[in-house]
Amino acid sequence: MFAREDRLVRWHLLIAFIALAVGGLFGPLQALNRMGISLYPVLGISYYQGLTLHGVLVALVWTTFFICGFLIFVTVRSLNRSLVSLGAAWIAFWVMLVGVVAAGYAILTNQASVLYTFYPPLRAHASFYIGLTLVVVGTWILSAGLFVTYRRWRGQNPGKATPLMAFGVLVTFILWDLATLGVAAEMLFQLIPWSLGWLGGIDALLARTLFWYFGHPLVYFWLLPVYVSWYTMLPKQAGGRLFSDPMARLAFLLLLVFSVPVGLHHQFADPGIGHGWKALHTILTFSVAFPSLLTAFNVIASLEIGGRARGGAGLFGWVVRLPWGEPSFAAQALAMLLFAFGGVGGFINASYNLNLIVHNTAWVPGHLHLTVGSAVTLTFAGVAYWLVPLLTGRQLWHRGLALAQVYLWFFGMALFSFGMHWAGVLGQPRRTDMATAVYRLAEWSVPDLFTGVGGTILLLSLILLVVNVAMTAFFAARGAVVEMPKAEPAGGAEAAPWIFERWSVWLAVTAVLIVIGYGPVLFELVRTTTAGSPPFRVW
Amino acid sequence: MRVDLYEKVWIALSLLMLLGFLGAISVSVFVHGISLPGAEQRIDPKTVVNEPPFATPGIRETGPGEYEVYLLSMVWSFVPNEIRVPAGARVTFHATSRDVTHGFTIHGTNLNLMLIPGLVATGTATFNKPGEYLFICHEYCGLAHQTMAGKVIVEEKS
Ligand code: HEM
Ligand SMILES: [Cu+2]
Ligand SMILES: [Cu+2]
Repeated sequence: MFAREDRLVRWHLLIAFIALAVGGLFGPLQALNRMGISLYPVLGISYYQGLTLHGVLVALVWTTFFICGFLIFVTVRSLNRSLVSLGAAWIAFWVMLVGVVAAGYAILTNQASVLYTFYPPLRAHASFYIGLTLVVVGTWILSAGLFVTYRRWRGQNPGKATPLMAFGVLVTFILWDLATLGVAAEMLFQLIPWSLGWLGGIDALLARTLFWYFGHPLVYFWLLPVYVSWYTMLPKQAGGRLFSDPMARLAFLLLLVFSVPVGLHHQFADPGIGHGWKALHTILTFSVAFPSLLTAFNVIASLEIGGRARGGAGLFGWVVRLPWGEPSFAAQALAMLLFAFGGVGGFINASYNLNLIVHNTAWVPGHLHLTVGSAVTLTFAGVAYWLVPLLTGRQLWHRGLALAQVYLWFFGMALFSFGMHWAGVLGQPRRTDMATAVYRLAEWSVPDLFTGVGGTILLLSLILLVVNVAMTAFFAARGAVVEMPKAEPAGGAEAAPWIFERWSVWLAVTAVLIVIGYGPVLFELVRTTTAGSPPFRVW
Repeated sequence: MRVDLYEKVWIALSLLMLLGFLGAISVSVFVHGISLPGAEQRIDPKTVVNEPPFATPGIRETGPGEYEVYLLSMVWSFVPNEIRVPAGARVTFHATSRDVTHGFTIHGTNLNLMLIPGLVATGTATFNKPGEYLFICHEYCGLAHQTMAGKVIVEEKS
């Protein structure tokens, strides 16, 4: 079944894990750097070139390639039909890969040390911008293929509810396509012509605003595939069922509706954007937290069904009975636990007032390693522990090391992220080569110790993960019998309200909210735009 | 659609919590007067250094205990990078950048601004305790970003 699609999925995972392996290695170096141990002179590159590699490779390449591969895998199985055009999906893959190579060339030759947010007027080599644009174009091609595949399915299955997995995939790519409009506009109308010298100046504030129009829903693009696994697979792995299928759909839809018009919460400290708009985005940000709270209830209730089916009794006895010794389950359950702390921190970031304390401090990377660095990355590791054997027919190379990897990530991340949050509250800046900073406050030294030690444990975990996946993919014993875990809804498939299947309605609501949240802001910025800034290469 | 009773309770509590947070933020804004940078006139980043007020950055007294600082940022320094005020001073900063985007935060205060070329960011801090307050650039601005800092020196009232 789907052998041809699976080949494409394997290629996506290969690129994803290469990106994680290379980009991830810089993470521990950055953690040690905060402690005052700098390995950059030895490597012969600057801290910022390394940080650009880290951000681009792990936050953009690892996530995007894993997600595209995983969601192709999920779509064909969930709809039980092949892609309408496998060729188009391969083209999408190659466009993305060419894009990564082009951007990678610019970064590796030190022509693009602009970090993964590439705020102008720092100017990278044009191939950096063009490359990242190609990555986005590739995802558009893929998503178009998935949408058409879904329409074909819909045509042949009138009146049937979309399978929940495919439902999650659709929401993910609709959200992504809407979000990437922002960064595409930034690239096509500003960065690319400006970096090629066709435009004399660039409006830095407009560029930031377009970037964050994209930048916040980007995090939901990372998170939604994780929710697909948590809702539709993990309950099965826990020996249970999905507590409520309709509520899962509701959560997906609310995430779609609210996730775009919230990006100004990344620009609270920016001049040039009115207070009212910042306040509106605060309210919408709190709204987009709501579906994640729904998810917490639904997923935990599903796990409870599993724990009780495994003989757990009492208020918390079921927790103990969950399969904590299974790497794939443990990875995702611990990812959830870390994500809970990430969520709490997220409320603080999103708070109009408290943001002033944490903005651009070490707190922020402390936060985002709980979310994209753990909820997402550790969940994907857990998925890989069954997906790679399924795709290659080889058994998981080393179960014990996989388990060790999972727990090391959890403890390492707990220490690391604690240190970073703490240092951040004490005012330590993010994105800074702290080892050579002219200011190093004594009060930062204990938090930095947590950061450095946690980062070192994470390095070990990262190595275990990459080695295990590589061994499983290429060398482990054949004969794996693995199936995609598929959770059944508890109490049979209860029909969700018909409106949940009306995509045009949800698209319209989403579009209206985007226009309200961003229309006047962008209009005003474009109306008042000036000749702008010339390019700078200051690295 | 059937929703489980416990889930209804959870939903109610979630919504209450979110409303509570928004209420708390409103209190901080309307009662305690926490404010963020807001809408601003655009300026030309290429000529900002040639025209007042940023042609002569620095501090000026605007009233008893009230000061205004025009702060210019550039790779990789602030002008002025040392600011002296007496204890109790209430200082309003107007800051911008003449090149790339920088950041500005003063340790031990709530002041936190992005300095984006083409815009002037404004924020206020009150310095009650004498001592030295470190300020730094907190947005990546190139190779020596980690050296971009200065201080506010708050002197005992004489
Ligand atoms: C192997 C363990 C890792 C460690 C020890 C680590 C450490 C760090 C540190 C210390 C920073 C802050 C650098 C600075 O602001 O000066 C950072 C930034 C970042 N990390 Fe990681 N990291 C790891 C893995 C990951 C993973 C798996 C992801 C996401 C999938 C990730 C995403 C990011 C992002 C998006 C940034 C922000 C980059 C920027 O500000 O430009 N990291 N990392
Ligand atoms: Cu955000
Ligand atoms: Cu800087």
